[in-house]
Amino acid sequence: MSAAAQSPSSYEAVIGLEVHVQLKTRSKMFTRVATGFGEPPNTLTDPVVLALPGTLPVMNKEALDKIIKTGLLLGCEIAPVCKWDRKNYFYPDSPKNYQISQYDQPICLRGGVEIELPGSARNVMGEHVTIPLTRIHLEEDVGKLNHGAVESLIDYNRAGTPLMELVTDPALKSADEAFAFLTAFRMILVAAGISDCDMEKGQMRCDANISIRPVGQKELGTKVELKNLNSISFVRDGIMHEIQRQLAVVLAGGTLRQETRDYDGQTGTSQSLRSKEMAHDYRYFPDPDLMPVKVDEAWKAQLREGLPELPFDKQRRFFAEYQLPYTITSVLVPDRALSDYFEETAKLAGAAKAQAVGNWIANDLLRELGAAGIELAASKIRPAHIAALVALVEGGAISSSSAKEVFVEMFQSGEMPEPIVDRRGLRQSNDTGELEKWCQDAIAANPKAVAEYKSGNEKAINSLKGPVMKAGKGKANPKLVDEVLRKLLAAG
Amino acid sequence: MSSALAFQTAAQLSDQLATRKVSAVELAQSCLAQVRATDARINAFLSFDEADILAQARESDARRAAGQARGPLDGVPVGLKDVIAVRNQPLTCGSRMLEKFVSPYDATAALGLKRAGAVLFGRLNMDEFAMGSSTENSAFQTTANPWDTSRIPGGSSGGSAAAVAAGQVPVSLGSDTGGSIRQPASLCGIVGLKPTYGLISRYGLVAYASSLDQIGPFGHTVEDVAMTLQAIAGHDEKDSTSFRTEIPDYRAELKKRRGPWKLGVPKEYFGEGLAPEVRAAVEQAIAWYRAQGCEIREVSLPHTEYAIAVYYIIATAEASSNLARYDGIRYTHRSPKATDAIDIYHHSRAEGFGPEVKRRIILGTYVLSSGYYDAYYGRAQKVRTLIRQDFLNAFREVDALLTPTSPTVAFKKGEKTANPLEMYLADIFTISLNLAGLPGVSVPCGFSSAGLPIGLQIVGQPFKEAELLSIAHAYERAHDFHTKHPQL
Repeated sequence: MSAAAQSPSSYEAVIGLEVHVQLKTRSKMFTRVATGFGEPPNTLTDPVVLALPGTLPVMNKEALDKIIKTGLLLGCEIAPVCKWDRKNYFYPDSPKNYQISQYDQPICLRGGVEIELPGSARNVMGEHVTIPLTRIHLEEDVGKLNHGAVESLIDYNRAGTPLMELVTDPALKSADEAFAFLTAFRMILVAAGISDCDMEKGQMRCDANISIRPVGQKELGTKVELKNLNSISFVRDGIMHEIQRQLAVVLAGGTLRQETRDYDGQTGTSQSLRSKEMAHDYRYFPDPDLMPVKVDEAWKAQLREGLPELPFDKQRRFFAEYQLPYTITSVLVPDRALSDYFEETAKLAGAAKAQAVGNWIANDLLRELGAAGIELAASKIRPAHIAALVALVEGGAISSSSAKEVFVEMFQSGEMPEPIVDRRGLRQSNDTGELEKWCQDAIAANPKAVAEYKSGNEKAINSLKGPVMKAGKGKANPKLVDEVLRKLLAAG
Repeated sequence: MSSALAFQTAAQLSDQLATRKVSAVELAQSCLAQVRATDARINAFLSFDEADILAQARESDARRAAGQARGPLDGVPVGLKDVIAVRNQPLTCGSRMLEKFVSPYDATAALGLKRAGAVLFGRLNMDEFAMGSSTENSAFQTTANPWDTSRIPGGSSGGSAAAVAAGQVPVSLGSDTGGSIRQPASLCGIVGLKPTYGLISRYGLVAYASSLDQIGPFGHTVEDVAMTLQAIAGHDEKDSTSFRTEIPDYRAELKKRRGPWKLGVPKEYFGEGLAPEVRAAVEQAIAWYRAQGCEIREVSLPHTEYAIAVYYIIATAEASSNLARYDGIRYTHRSPKATDAIDIYHHSRAEGFGPEVKRRIILGTYVLSSGYYDAYYGRAQKVRTLIRQDFLNAFREVDALLTPTSPTVAFKKGEKTANPLEMYLADIFTISLNLAGLPGVSVPCGFSSAGLPIGLQIVGQPFKEAELLSIAHAYERAHDFHTKHPQL
C-alpha cells in the first residue's frame, strides 16, 4: 500500500444496514394469538407459537398487507408471489428450531429511503440523498432468553411476532448517514402505521455491516457485522467506533478478519462473537406447510390507495403551500398526527395565516403538552381554538402577549378564546381617538425622548410607547401606537 | 362380554346402535374385551384410557336416548395412530422423545370424529415418527400381524391396521407418507385409504414429511372407510395446505353404480421384485374388472424408477427440519446428562430418537446442505413434478389405475431390519402416489398359499375419492376376501 494511503483520511467507510422491524399487527405472523410487550412471560402463546407436535402455521394477511405497503412507500418492486422458506438453526429462543422467513424471493426488491443529512446548523436543512435498498422480507420474531446465575428462562411472548427485515445496499458512507437513515425509515413507518418502531421495546433493531477501503478502490474491504445496536444513537456510536477500530488495525499494518462483533453501547466497546468460519448453514428450503400467496395488481392497487404521504414529500409541500420555515416543518412532519392537526388548523385559519398557526403548534402547544405530560389526542385545544386565536391576533383584537395568556387558559379549560378575552378584558383598543390622547400625553410628559427622536435617534420612540401601553392597560394595539406616535412626532 | 361384535363392520355396528340392539357402552366393552383377549399377542395398542372410553360411550348413549345422535359414527369406536393429537391423551409418535407428552389440543381430524360422536379408542402403535414399513421402529413394542404373529403388520401405521384386522376396533385412523396406510392394510387384509393430499387437515398430525403426509382411515370394508372419511374430510383454516373442495356423501356415492370404468395398468408396477403370488392375485382382480366390462389399458409411468430416490430426499429433508423441535428444551425427553443448551440438544436427541429417525435426519440435513441443495433437493423436486405428470397423463386415458399395493405379503419380524434399503422397497408401489398427491386405496384381493393377505391398490384422480371408493366397492361386493378374519 502506498504511503499516501497510510492516513485515516485516505480511507473511506462503506456501510450496509440490516434493520428488523416488528409490524404492528393484532395477532402473530402465523397464528391468532395477540402480539404485545410487557405481558407476563409465556402468556402470549398457543400450541402453534410453542411449536407443539402437529401444529401448523397459517399466514397473517395483515402482516403481508403492511410489508407490501412498506414496499410501495419505498418504491420497491413487489414480488408477484409471496413465498415462504424455512431457515434452520438450533437456538432455545426459536421454538421450532427453524424460522419461517423468505430466502430467494423476498416480497420487496430494491427501492430506496430518502434521508436528510445533518445541516450546517440546527435550523438549516441538510442535503437529501436516497439510500438504495437491496430487499425487504417478512419473517417471524423469536422468543427472549433471560439468563440467570445457573439457569436460563425462556419467554415466548415475542416469538412469532411479524418481523420485517430490510437490507440496504452497501451504500452508506458514515455513521451520520446511518443515523439519518434510521430516523427517516422510522418516520415513514410510524407515519404509515406500519410499526411503532420503539427501539426500547425491541420493535426496531439494527445490525450494521461495516468495511473500509482506500479512497478510489472499487472492491469492498473485509466486512465486519456489528450487532446489538439497540438505539439509534448506539448505531451511530457503534459505527463510528468500528470505523476507528478498523482504521487503527489497518494503519498499524494489521489485517481485518471477517467476523461478527457485539457492540456494548454502555461502554462504547465491542467484542468478537464469531468469525466467518463459524457461520451457520441455514439449509433454507421452501416451507411445505405454507402455500405461496399470489400478490395481484388489484391487491396492490387497493393498498396503494391507503398509503400516506411520505414525510419528506409532506415537508416539501409545507414549504410550498404554507411557506413554513424549515424549523417548524421539521417539528411537524415527523409526527403524522401533529402535521394533520396543523393542516386542519391552517385550513380553518386560512393559508395566509399558516405560519402563525405553525408557530403556535410547534412552540406553544407542544410546550404545554410536554409540561402537562399528555398526548396531542388528549389536548383540549383543538384546531378551532388555535384558528380563532390566530384570527384575534392577526386582526389586531388582542396583542400577542395577551394571546399567550389566553392560550394557557384555553389549554386548561378547553374554552374558545373569545370569551376568555372578553372576561379578562384583553381586547386591545383600536380607537385612534383615545390612542391619540394617550400618545399626546406621553409626548408631553417626555420631552427628552422627543428631542432625541427628533435629533435622529429612532429608538427613542420606544421610551414613549411604554407610558402609552401603561395608559391603555395593555389593550393598546402596539402597531397602532407606533403609527400614531410617528404621525404626531412628525407633525409636532 | 363376548366378542360377538368383534369383526363386525362399522356399518353393521352403526345399524345396531341405531336400532338399540346394542349400546355404545356395550360396544366399547366388547372392544375392550377383544383388546384384553388379543393384544398381549398383537401389541397394537400403546395405551388406552378405559374410563375415558366408557365415558365417551355413555355420552353417546345419552345423546341417542335424547334423540340427538350425531350420525352413523355416533358410538362407534375409532382407534387412532399415536401420531394424531387428541386433547388430554398421550401423543408419543412411537418415540422415547415424546414418551411423556400429553397433547393439550385436538387434531382437526380428531375433532371431526368427536363431532360425529365417535368413541376415540386408544393410541395405536407405529414406527417412530411414522418412519418405517414394519412397525419395528417403534421405541416401545413391535406389533404382530394378526394373520401370523411371527410376521410384521406393515407400517408405519401397523398398530392401526392390526387393531382392525384383529377385531379390536371396527375402524381406525392412520397416516400415510409413502404407503403407511395402504401397505399395512394390504398386509393385514383390510381396506386402507390414503386420500388426496389436502383433503384432510394435517393440523394435529405430527409431521414427518409435510408435503407427503396425509391422514386416512382403515376398515374391514370400503363402506366403513367411506363413513370414517366423511367425518374427517374437508377444508380447515388451520392447515394452509388443506383444499377447498366440495365433500360429497361418500357412503351414498358408493351405492350409485357408475361403472364400467376405464382402468389403467401401469407396466412399471409388474416388473422385477413382485412376488408371483401377489402378481397372480392382482392380475385376477384386473381380469375381474375386465369381465365386468371395464376397459383395461396398459399405461406407462416412465419416471417410476426414480420414486424411491426422490422420496428419500424430499421426505428426509422435510423431516430433518420438522423434527428439529424435539430438542430437549420444552416438552420432550431431556437428557439428565446435559449441562448447557448445546449439550441438551446433543444428549436429548441422541437418547430420544431411534436409529431410523437419526438416519433420516442425517440424510435430510445432508441433502439440504449448502452446496448440495441443487443436486439433491432441487433436482428431486423437479423429478417429483415429472412423476405427477406421468399420472396426470395416464388419467387422460383412464379413470383409475390398478396395481399391487405391496410387492410381497407380510414378512417375518427382523427379516429386513438389518438392511434399510430392502425395507424401503416395501413401499415401491405406494410411494409415487404421495409424491404425486394422489388418492389410493388398498383392498383385499386374495391370500398367499401360506394364508397371508394380498392387497390391490387402486389409484384415483385428485379429489375423486368418491369414484375411487366406488371402484373398490364394486370389487369388494363381488368377493369375500374382506369377510375372512384371522384365527386368534
